[in-house]
Amino acid sequence: MDGHAGMDAQEAMDAKGKASDAEILTGAEIVLRALADQGVDTIFGYPGGAVLPIYDAIYAQQRVRHILVRHEQGAGHMAEGYARSTGRCGVALATSGPGATNMVTPIADALMDSIPMVVITGQVPTHLIGSDAFQEADTVGITRACSKHNYLVKDVKDLARIIHEAFYVAMSGRPGPVVIDIPKNVQFAKGPYVGPATIEHRTYHPRTEPAERRIEEAVALMAKAERPVIYSGGGVINSGPAASEALRALAAATGFPVTSTLMGLGAFPASDPQWLGMLGMHGSYEANNAMHDCDVMVCVGARFDDRVTGRLDAFSPGSKKIHIDIDPSSINKNVRVDVPVVADCGKALGAMLKGWKKSARKTPDLAPWWGQIDQWRARKSFAYPRSATIIKPQYAIERLYALTRDRDVYVTTEVGQHQMWAAQFFHFDQPNRWMTSGGLGTMGYGLPAAIGVQAAHPGALVIDIAGDASVQMTMQEMSCAVQHELPVKIFILNNEWMGMVRQWQQLLHGERYSHSYSDSLPDFVKLAEAYGGHGIRCENPADLDGAILEMIDSPKPVLFDCRVEKAENCFPMIPSGAAHNEMILGKIMGDEISDAGKMLV
Amino acid sequence: MTRTPRARAAARSGVRDDPASAYDMTPSAEGVERRTLACIVDNEPGVLARVVGLFSARGYNIESLTVAEIDRNAHQSRITIVTSGTNHVLEQIEQHLLRLVPVARVIDVTQSGGIERELALVKVAGTGDKRVEALRISEIFRARVIDTTNESFIFEITGASEKIDQFIELMRPLGLVEVSRTGVLSIQRGKERVG
Repeated sequence: MDGHAGMDAQEAMDAKGKASDAEILTGAEIVLRALADQGVDTIFGYPGGAVLPIYDAIYAQQRVRHILVRHEQGAGHMAEGYARSTGRCGVALATSGPGATNMVTPIADALMDSIPMVVITGQVPTHLIGSDAFQEADTVGITRACSKHNYLVKDVKDLARIIHEAFYVAMSGRPGPVVIDIPKNVQFAKGPYVGPATIEHRTYHPRTEPAERRIEEAVALMAKAERPVIYSGGGVINSGPAASEALRALAAATGFPVTSTLMGLGAFPASDPQWLGMLGMHGSYEANNAMHDCDVMVCVGARFDDRVTGRLDAFSPGSKKIHIDIDPSSINKNVRVDVPVVADCGKALGAMLKGWKKSARKTPDLAPWWGQIDQWRARKSFAYPRSATIIKPQYAIERLYALTRDRDVYVTTEVGQHQMWAAQFFHFDQPNRWMTSGGLGTMGYGLPAAIGVQAAHPGALVIDIAGDASVQMTMQEMSCAVQHELPVKIFILNNEWMGMVRQWQQLLHGERYSHSYSDSLPDFVKLAEAYGGHGIRCENPADLDGAILEMIDSPKPVLFDCRVEKAENCFPMIPSGAAHNEMILGKIMGDEISDAGKMLV
Repeated sequence: MTRTPRARAAARSGVRDDPASAYDMTPSAEGVERRTLACIVDNEPGVLARVVGLFSARGYNIESLTVAEIDRNAHQSRITIVTSGTNHVLEQIEQHLLRLVPVARVIDVTQSGGIERELALVKVAGTGDKRVEALRISEIFRARVIDTTNESFIFEITGASEKIDQFIELMRPLGLVEVSRTGVLSIQRGKERVG
């Protein structure tokens, strides 16, 4: 158990002492005590019949702050935002039945993006389970497939152990969401409380130290590389700040170019000359071509997702691949690798750096490779036509970045075109600053995630770069932001379309725009005011800077209705089923999409 | 656009005449083999559902599955699964099983040369020569008669799955009525405890 490592002998004895003459508490009190002992300062929740005893216990204490959401999905995404921006475990609380089912999307989202989260749900009393009682749902059954692990607590004697174990499971190995379903009678029942230090999991002890032999093989490959690339992912961020430091140190020592997945942005500084930009479907031309043409690929904490690889049989055909992952099932799942390293990213990167420094071999000259990369860079694949009359969405994000880069800024996004533009045009030099739903692609993630981030970082500037369609999926959480004085800035790139759907319909479905126009959009300025927030609208590029500064300076939650070019497409783009070197660069390059390309899905 | 000749050649060779989506790339049935895996798991509620759910969620096959507690004090159960797939799929199955929190160990019984046994109860009805023949064959297979009427036998037979398959096939023309099988059990050879 992680807790042991950081404890001195006295603390460990205290914890053991607690176990022997354990305090007797109600189940609900055990929940709150266990959360506090786990270092949880904030939880996100919504009350209901089956969690009322827990809400009673919340009422009676001061250590854990409760943020009241407007929909349980919001609580889940807030916990995710909290977790991703702090590196700690997020906690959400919901009642039985609909409370639990509303939580399913964030649980699945956290599983796909490996976000540590503990979700506590109420359940009908044990004697009513299976009777189709009011607000009963088979929560452990429903969440089994979308959580890392889950528990139904049938006896109050197990409750404290299970809660501590849940935090251990959520945070260890490849992180993920853990659900604890607690029947109402267990919340009322009295039982012993045990502290976190006495809990050790029977079977779950993921490997974190790399095998020496694998590190040697990896370093040997890297030392011979003529066209290397480092492909880093969200695992580097999950591993903690030390892993990002190790990545930077390894890149500096080797001189290798670095690209990253959507999840991994910030682990390597975007301002570094070795940075190639994001890779994948909407990644940079230089990153994708470097991936395709490299001879040694160092994949760190990424999982060869289909949005990254494009067509698998044409993926980086000439390279030897090193894959560092804490989850052995990720290795050889989609892409065959030559050197598998099962380990925590930070530890593996540290070991590789040590091996690299020891290695007597001289690296081949990387100058020709960098020369090639510079030629790709010269294509300026993110270039877009400027306009003096209409706000281009790319321009809006460029200005947002320019006007906020000197601040303590965190960015979340929804899902769609705006998300890709944010990834392309907003740059991060630090990890844990960028929160986006990558694996599950959950529209409606960004607004509540921003609230979770703001709850963890009260003084920071937290911006949700949003789309007009996505943001309406969880808009009700504006009310939560106003209530708890969490002044998140919702920067909506409003093009009146579900932009990415429209783009695919244009490029791949014969311009048949079936149900992708956002008809009857609300007036976002009035909507902000209705919630008690601050509304801003901007339609003219000349006014944009002033409007963004007004947003930053507002002490309230802001809905910023940024009216942008309606028909703008997100380029460059690798259509599904195409290879990395078959990117569509967009009209500005004079590229046309072939008929064959239109047939692709 | 400048590119090394080697990379250009690689790009060209990677492009097929019929461009297809990445989603269409179904693995070929080539090299599919059968494998027996034994999982030692914490005997906690829902553990079987997790294992079975993993197979259905990821589209793997289960040909047979047996489960029972093997150590009451340690709360451990052994789940023996017979599955099939390519080498790549079988490796993934093993890794995904290990990813489940209550799974302590996975043993590849087939590759480590373990012993596999199955028990079947086989009901055969008939009279005259067919009845005599059924009894004669059952002796060859060392099956036991555990119930009989004037017109039927129930045989209990243990052995490798292939032996049981064979016995059932021989009983079919002799009046096979019903079969009940346990699925495969497994254990490692030698004096060591592998589970």
